[in-house]
Amino acid sequence: MAQVHLKNVSKSYGALEVVHGINLDIDHNEFVVLVGPSGCGKSTTLRMIAGLESITGGDVLIGENIVNDLPPRDRNISMVFQNYALYPHMTVGENLGFSLKIAGKSQDQIDAAVAEAAAILSLTEYLERKPGALSGGQRQRVAMGRAIVRHPDVFLFDEPLSNLDAKLRAQMRVEIKKLHQKIQTTIVYVTHDQVEAMTLADRIVIMRDGHIEQQGTPLEVFEAPANTFVATFIGSPPMNLLDGIVQQDGTLQLGGGVTLNVPQQYTAKTRPGQKVVLGFRADNLMPCGHSLPMEGESAEIEMTVVLSEPLGTETLLFGALAGQEVQAKMLNPRPVSNGERMMFNLDLTRVHLFDGESQKSLR
Amino acid sequence: MSRLKLPQWFVLLLPAIIILSAVVLIPLLLSLYSSFTPYRLTRPETLYKWIGTFNYEKAITNANFWAAFGRTVLLLTIALNVEMLLGLGLALLVNRVTWGQRGLRTLMMFPMMFSPVLVGFQFKFIFNDNVGLVNNALQSLGFSDVAIPWLVDANLAMFSIIFAEVWTSTSVFAILILAGLFAIPRDPLEAAKVDGCTPWQTFRHITLPYLMPFIYIALAIRSLDVARAYDIVQIMTNGGPARRTELIWTMIGRTGYVDAKMGYANAMGYISIFLAIFFTIYFFKKLNAARTELGMGG
Repeated sequence: MAQVHLKNVSKSYGALEVVHGINLDIDHNEFVVLVGPSGCGKSTTLRMIAGLESITGGDVLIGENIVNDLPPRDRNISMVFQNYALYPHMTVGENLGFSLKIAGKSQDQIDAAVAEAAAILSLTEYLERKPGALSGGQRQRVAMGRAIVRHPDVFLFDEPLSNLDAKLRAQMRVEIKKLHQKIQTTIVYVTHDQVEAMTLADRIVIMRDGHIEQQGTPLEVFEAPANTFVATFIGSPPMNLLDGIVQQDGTLQLGGGVTLNVPQQYTAKTRPGQKVVLGFRADNLMPCGHSLPMEGESAEIEMTVVLSEPLGTETLLFGALAGQEVQAKMLNPRPVSNGERMMFNLDLTRVHLFDGESQKSLR
Repeated sequence: MSRLKLPQWFVLLLPAIIILSAVVLIPLLLSLYSSFTPYRLTRPETLYKWIGTFNYEKAITNANFWAAFGRTVLLLTIALNVEMLLGLGLALLVNRVTWGQRGLRTLMMFPMMFSPVLVGFQFKFIFNDNVGLVNNALQSLGFSDVAIPWLVDANLAMFSIIFAEVWTSTSVFAILILAGLFAIPRDPLEAAKVDGCTPWQTFRHITLPYLMPFIYIALAIRSLDVARAYDIVQIMTNGGPARRTELIWTMIGRTGYVDAKMGYANAMGYISIFLAIFFTIYFFKKLNAARTELGMGG
């Protein structure tokens, strides 16, 4: 276990800078997830921590040491790769014990460590098999086992679940979480899947175009997104965003003649004439009679349903509001026909306002 | 008059059957048959005299034949190993090149583009004891003041032939191994780095097992090639001096066409085919084992 610090770390390929001086402090035993769309620099950042990519500027510290120029083997890290990266010519047992063998451990020590890791990951009965004879989930477990046998300071996961099917992914997510509780090590985990980020992380770091957009606990980034990018990236379905202009009388004029009151918590933070973006989640726009009881400020809105997606316990409703598509959620669902006009309650205490220019939260 | 009605499938296959018989089957059977006769090109009637396994016995008890056989195996062993090591080194170096690699790869294939006969002439000149490049260079630089008999001394002549062989064919290994290097996925190499491997350990434990199938393919192809080596030796030393660089096929060629003993030459030919078959089977077995090792299936 160790702390990891990134101090103003940047990465360029020739003239192209892909990571722009990011700062990140990761604590002992913390599970940090770097999340963002593809090309946001999250994998590059992870590979810089691993030592697989050189660092163009800034410092990477593991523990107290600057490791900028150390090769991966001297950083006491281990890494789980997206494509498992198992050694196909070795058995599962040899794969697990390879790093210990390279480190010159005795065969007894290797066997003991391999047996321990295999037991944690339920791989004991597969130790004699070659990776080619394993399923995707088993291979991923071997890859994780290979990472844990060494008791490294830091675990790095590079999109480890993206090659698995949905069911297995959910299962492995739980296993990774359990693993973290069991072995108590600092983990840096990269994914483009916000569900993985939300469910696994102690702290989420959202990246875009080589910058950190926001970091915080899953609930913090969900409840208080710093900008519209985070608002749409975190949470499923993504947050609805509507452009509007604050009026002299303190109302908010959305397109298509829809007008709302500026929510109380934002009245002091907006000025008449300001362009803003109104954001709210589907959970906060519910058809009347199919919603949770709303306390405090709310608004009634009429909307035509274009499409419905029944999910069982709830139904997602797609409609058009102020000329833009929005999603609403219906509890205790009844069948809804396309084209039906319904009244909706918008919970104004839970909406977000972003500045129209900077796209930053006005909170 | 009733017409003979042949089955349709037979008629359709007939062109192929005729061509294959004319080109492969009949010559093969004829040569096999002639190896049991004292057939001499200069006396055609000898083709009809059956002498059983006499030619085979004669070949097997001929010390010269076994000497040529052994020399061929020696050439095969040394040339293949040296070519493999040099080719591996060359491929690893070229693999590191980031700029101009395509040009380099093309350049690397130049020796393969020369006819072996020309390569033979080239090295015959280079190693010539009077006017050759090597001796001239050695003498001008003061390393030696005598004319070293590169193509006359038995060991030196063998060395010269192996040198020429290696010069032509190292690139076969280099190209195939380079293809192997391109085929290695990046992830296991990076995993090895993270697992604590030094560059040498990564090569030894990860890169090499991935390359083995490619190396065995190159070995199988080249073993067939070297086992039938004829042209370079024929040009450079003509099997001489006094048979000291005689290989199987130069010996067979001489027996068949110079001494005109075609029946005897065919018998020796059939024996030596087994050498080639043996090496091919051996390397293919190794190849399959290496592929299974990598989980690529047998």
